[in-house]
Amino acid sequence: MKYEMVIGLEIHVELGTKSKIFCSCSTQFGNKPNTNVCPVCLGMPGVLPVLNEKVAEYAVKAGLSLNCEIAKFSKLDRKNYFYPDLPKAYQVSQYDLPLCIGGYLDVSVGEETTRVGITRIHIEEDAGKLVHTQDGTLIDYNRCGVPLIEIVTEPDIRSAEQAVEFAKSVRNILLYAKVSDCKMQEGSMRFDVNLSVREQGAKQFGTRTEMKNLSSFKMLQKAIEYEYARQVKAVKNGERIIQQTRRWDETNNVSVVLRSKENAHDYRYFPEPDLLPVVLNDEVINSIKTSMPEMPKEKKQRYISQLSLSEYDAGVLTANSQLCEFYENILKEFNDAKTAANWVIVELMALINKSDTSIEEIKITASSMAQLLNFIKDGKISGKMAKDVLLEMFETGSSEDEIVKSKGLSQISDAGELEKIIDEILKNNQASVNDYHLGKKQAMGFLVGQVMRATKGAANPQSVNEILNKKLNN
Amino acid sequence: MQISLSDVEYLAELSRLEFSDEEAAKMQKDLSSIIDYVNKLNDIKTEDIAAKEHILNLSNVLRQDIVMQSLSNEEALKNAYDSEENYFKVPQLMEDE
Repeated sequence: MKYEMVIGLEIHVELGTKSKIFCSCSTQFGNKPNTNVCPVCLGMPGVLPVLNEKVAEYAVKAGLSLNCEIAKFSKLDRKNYFYPDLPKAYQVSQYDLPLCIGGYLDVSVGEETTRVGITRIHIEEDAGKLVHTQDGTLIDYNRCGVPLIEIVTEPDIRSAEQAVEFAKSVRNILLYAKVSDCKMQEGSMRFDVNLSVREQGAKQFGTRTEMKNLSSFKMLQKAIEYEYARQVKAVKNGERIIQQTRRWDETNNVSVVLRSKENAHDYRYFPEPDLLPVVLNDEVINSIKTSMPEMPKEKKQRYISQLSLSEYDAGVLTANSQLCEFYENILKEFNDAKTAANWVIVELMALINKSDTSIEEIKITASSMAQLLNFIKDGKISGKMAKDVLLEMFETGSSEDEIVKSKGLSQISDAGELEKIIDEILKNNQASVNDYHLGKKQAMGFLVGQVMRATKGAANPQSVNEILNKKLNN
Repeated sequence: MQISLSDVEYLAELSRLEFSDEEAAKMQKDLSSIIDYVNKLNDIKTEDIAAKEHILNLSNVLRQDIVMQSLSNEEALKNAYDSEENYFKVPQLMEDE
């Protein structure tokens, strides 16, 4: 019997606003515990929360970039649950009238492209952070009230690879839309997985479990693989899958049941009386739409049609918003798009991958890399020299100019100087010259090699070829 | 309308409250009378009135995304039942099985 997994994702993303969703406290990460707090986010009685306008704007941008319809009328609701990560004993969220509805995203794994439906995107407040110790639980409310969007997908995902690809794609799009920094290591993006199994081709869904708070793509992948295997084994043994919430234990690579109180999910939602509905008209939605930057899909098409990049190159560059930004900054000072793409994808990426760092962290600036490429173009240094210079720029953060000067690198393109060297070589290698005239064209390669050796690789190979050709064929 | 004792127990559990039999009985009586009071709304004829999503006829009351002074850590923890270092402290929570 063959089985398949059915997955729906819930993705929580912290929006990149300066202040919290309903109060003016800072959203800055890493501050001392309980210093970004005020009576509103501490849930004191008698306070009046007011919605941050940027939260609505960013959520609409997220919705538009994920092909959603934007609701003209949207409201906030209270989701009641008693747990100390929320001091009010409820979370302000959206229940029946979310801000964005009905989007989708096409995800490609290998040759296969699947459309994953997005049910809704709603806004809500993040909860505080709990630290469990020997004799109690400590609470930091700095994160409490940081704005979140929750992206809920349809159960359209069928493999761990698809889930990861979808998650990466959402991250990339939100980075392009500039609505979140999506820093996984700071918890700015977290995944919940709803997973069930069924016989391949079956129409009905199996009973699902929910795994909460996966905070990296690797965890997402491993947790899905584990949970799928666990459920398939249970089904094969004739066991019944129990609907429950599970937690991924990163240390032991297993999923464990969270105490499943049946009642825990009775959230008794009701409309939030202290906050007013968000009403948007076409004019507002369109003005947000026109203010949005180019999205990766359109950018990729433009790279192919306008910059004549290959589909592969365009795909690699646009799959990472920071890499793309770096590339576009190079093009501001260097006008050969294909050469720049090649250097970024082949040379720079090789250095980045080898040192296990990322484009955001490198010491090379786009401007410096553009100048390096200009050096090659102007014949100042050779491509081979440039690779060495790039490596040193990558390792030390020195500018291209400093390195070229300190190494005394320069390419001899000056025809007069080259001719002198070449005349000398021809005089000393008469045998090869004769071979060439007898039709042994490979003698040419030998002579070029001799020139390069004599100049310690500093001769411009193109000029050498031209001069040699001229001299030998006269 | 009489609400049942098991309703009271259920609500108590959701709110993490513990009642003695006596308290539960009193709660049952009080909640029932509250429900009765609110049930008066059912007498109003609403067939011709459109549903409302919010009680006020206002919308889009928003604030600008500007950071203002938060409370100091001392002030924030002033009402806390217990605290440790800069944290609020509550009895240990055991989430897992």
